[in-house]
Amino acid sequence: MNGKPLVSIVSAGMSKFGKHDGLLAREIFSQAASEAFSRCPKLEPKRDVKAMFIGHMGEAYEHQGHTGSAVADWAGLTGIPTTRTEAACGSSGVALRSGIYAVLSGLADVVIVGGVEKMTHRTTAEVTEYLAMASDYPFEQWHGITFPGLFALMATAHMHAFGTTQEHMAQVAVKNHYHGSLNPKAHMQKEITLETVINSRYVAWPLKLYDCSLITDGASCIILAKPELAAKYTDQPVHIVGSGQASDTIGLYERKSFTSLNATKLAAKMAYEMANVAPEQVNLAEVHDCFTFAELMAYEDLGFCKVGESGSFIESGQTRLSGRIPVNTSGGLKAKGHPVGATGTAQAYEIYLQLTGQTGKRQVQDAKVGLTHNVGGSGATAVVHIYRSNS
Amino acid sequence: MGVNEPFTIEQFYKFLREGKLMAGKCVKCGKIHLPPRPLCDNCYSQEFEWVNVSGKGKLATYTVISIAPQQFQDLTPYAVGIVQLESGLKIPGMIQEVKEEELKIGMPLTLDFGSCSTPQEWPKWPRYCFKP
Repeated sequence: MNGKPLVSIVSAGMSKFGKHDGLLAREIFSQAASEAFSRCPKLEPKRDVKAMFIGHMGEAYEHQGHTGSAVADWAGLTGIPTTRTEAACGSSGVALRSGIYAVLSGLADVVIVGGVEKMTHRTTAEVTEYLAMASDYPFEQWHGITFPGLFALMATAHMHAFGTTQEHMAQVAVKNHYHGSLNPKAHMQKEITLETVINSRYVAWPLKLYDCSLITDGASCIILAKPELAAKYTDQPVHIVGSGQASDTIGLYERKSFTSLNATKLAAKMAYEMANVAPEQVNLAEVHDCFTFAELMAYEDLGFCKVGESGSFIESGQTRLSGRIPVNTSGGLKAKGHPVGATGTAQAYEIYLQLTGQTGKRQVQDAKVGLTHNVGGSGATAVVHIYRSNS
Repeated sequence: MGVNEPFTIEQFYKFLREGKLMAGKCVKCGKIHLPPRPLCDNCYSQEFEWVNVSGKGKLATYTVISIAPQQFQDLTPYAVGIVQLESGLKIPGMIQEVKEEELKIGMPLTLDFGSCSTPQEWPKWPRYCFKP
């Protein structure tokens, strides 16, 4: 492939992330679809869009499965082949990659990929139980290990091995809330202090409430076209030049390392090689900060810093908006919110806006290469994509 | 024990209820699976033999859960960890009889069969735990 576009993003849409009382997932998704369609007036959805892939994690939230068809219906696309992809919090990262398969196969030249989740109408205990379903049932869920608990197990191991601290983790939260304060679609748009994070109550030691991403409602989507067709729809396409996806054991306990995600490393290697891009050439990234510690681990697994040095890397400020490689300019899962099924394509939405100069106060100047990193469960799925601006 | 017990998670828990920590050893390549599985992920063999594994090990990593699903809420805060057994195999579980501030990576722990509680509803697997 050697850096050639695999597919081109010709449009994108995202609902406001937050609480959508009284709306169903399909209705929230229709907001994202509507934005994507109106951004791209040359596209006639019913004529041009040939397939749909939708990330959605949980039937339990709304007592509604078969989300692919429900969402296509409410997006005015009934009739096209529509497929739900499920990989927990990585569901729409996988939807995006499935869309790339579809376009590269030649079976479809324009596809819509996206994701949705409606969560906030459920209690915290219910959400905790539903999210835990992404982990191993017979040995993890069964013995009371929650989802934050799994990332806490990794954080504890990392602190022990490398001297990473709770303050390092808190700095991720402070940074991402600052970025979120500049994103009108973020769930939380307020800056927070280090003390707020440190003084918040424990969820799963060493992770505290403010180390955790938000329970959020939201939807996002991206319209992909065969690169040769992109100019037909837009003057400002963004090209996807690298795509990697990998898996790992469903149980965290079976893995060799608790301080890194092997699936991330494998997916990143695949994507970097395909894109012919090195980590130092990435100008900005949206990484999977389901917990603050997960962002630190991602810095190492994606090659943004050396193994064990993510603590000093966040401290150096290089991943802040003004830094060398701004990470999670959208606010990330931490401040923008984490409607699990919608997260992967919401990351792609942010990179699309950044590389086309549409992010206002949080615009990264002269960015040409972007990266997204979406994780499912405790790392049994990881998806990495690399994007290049048209110029 | 008979030769017909299937190499399944169900059977693993049946042995646990009898006070035995059993793993499945692949007859072809020798890989030991904890929990057992019916297809070797290394060589794809379906032939295994049961091996008794020591429940003694060291704490590889841990956390203390404060926010839990409904069924565990009465127990919060509770410690869970992943224990690396003497055989090198790893297994997660709750940790009891250790004060929160005394939890330490590397501390010796032993799987306690006596503390197994077996719920009445599906899947009726006993809940073992680790103790010092």
